[in-house]
Amino acid sequence: MVHWTDEERQAISSTWAEINVEEVGHQALARVLVVYPWTQRYFSTFGNLSNATAIAGNPKVRAHGKRVLDALGDAITHLDNVSATYAKLSQLHSEKLHVDPENFRLLGETLIISLAAQFGAAFTPDIQAAWQKLMAVVTAALSKQYY
Amino acid sequence: MPLTDADKKHVKSIWSKASGKAEELGAQALGRMLDAFPNTKTYFSHYSDLSVESGQVHVHGKKIFDALTDAVNHIDDITGAMSALSTKHAHTLRVDPANFKVLSHTILVVLALYFPADFTPEVHLACDKFLAEVSYALAEKYR
Repeated sequence: MVHWTDEERQAISSTWAEINVEEVGHQALARVLVVYPWTQRYFSTFGNLSNATAIAGNPKVRAHGKRVLDALGDAITHLDNVSATYAKLSQLHSEKLHVDPENFRLLGETLIISLAAQFGAAFTPDIQAAWQKLMAVVTAALSKQYY
Repeated sequence: MPLTDADKKHVKSIWSKASGKAEELGAQALGRMLDAFPNTKTYFSHYSDLSVESGQVHVHGKKIFDALTDAVNHIDDITGAMSALSTKHAHTLRVDPANFKVLSHTILVVLALYFPADFTPEVHLACDKFLAEVSYALAEKYR
């Protein structure tokens, strides 16, 4: 079981309260698709992903970004049991979607970068550290049901 | 994944803003790495203060950023520009090269934080590739 300090919980929830879930989800996913273009392999049904402008304007990318961030909200609501919360999602990513877990790490890093861009100096080192820990926990939970 | 002409242009453009704040940005990148990734502290056991505000972190952060500016100014020969530093990291410092990725990440975080409008996805991509090349050049002399 993951141990969270009160400061870490506070850092995560206070940042989360300020996030526009649809916008940040969109930014983060669009960045992943541009910075790591091989990740586009999982989105062959999304239509035009041919350049950064197309990706930024793609409505399916926006919708999926929101979906991903909504799921992150789930983890944040259940910080003391992310593994159980994500059991079905982990199974889905392994058995149906066949997503390489390395992608969870890439999305986690990119989300942190997106948060830094949005919050600037308010995204202090301590807050970043709490979010890095959250990304590690989420990545581990999503990878757990892989076999 | 070599740097394209567009990549080089993007890196030089954002670095023209970053190089003027070398100490602040370097301290932030280094301090954030030490804070969020405690394993990296093992290389700084001789520091009394590992926070972003620490004088030691400021001095060292500036060193790191100035070296990166050097790499940007010699972007067509990063291996050559990093040669002496590679020798130092390989034989004296012996930092495990896996850590170059960690510092690269916090450098990207800091660039996004300070220059959100400039740090577009394409610039992010270019900087990620640039830092990967620098990391590779730094590891060249290891074995």
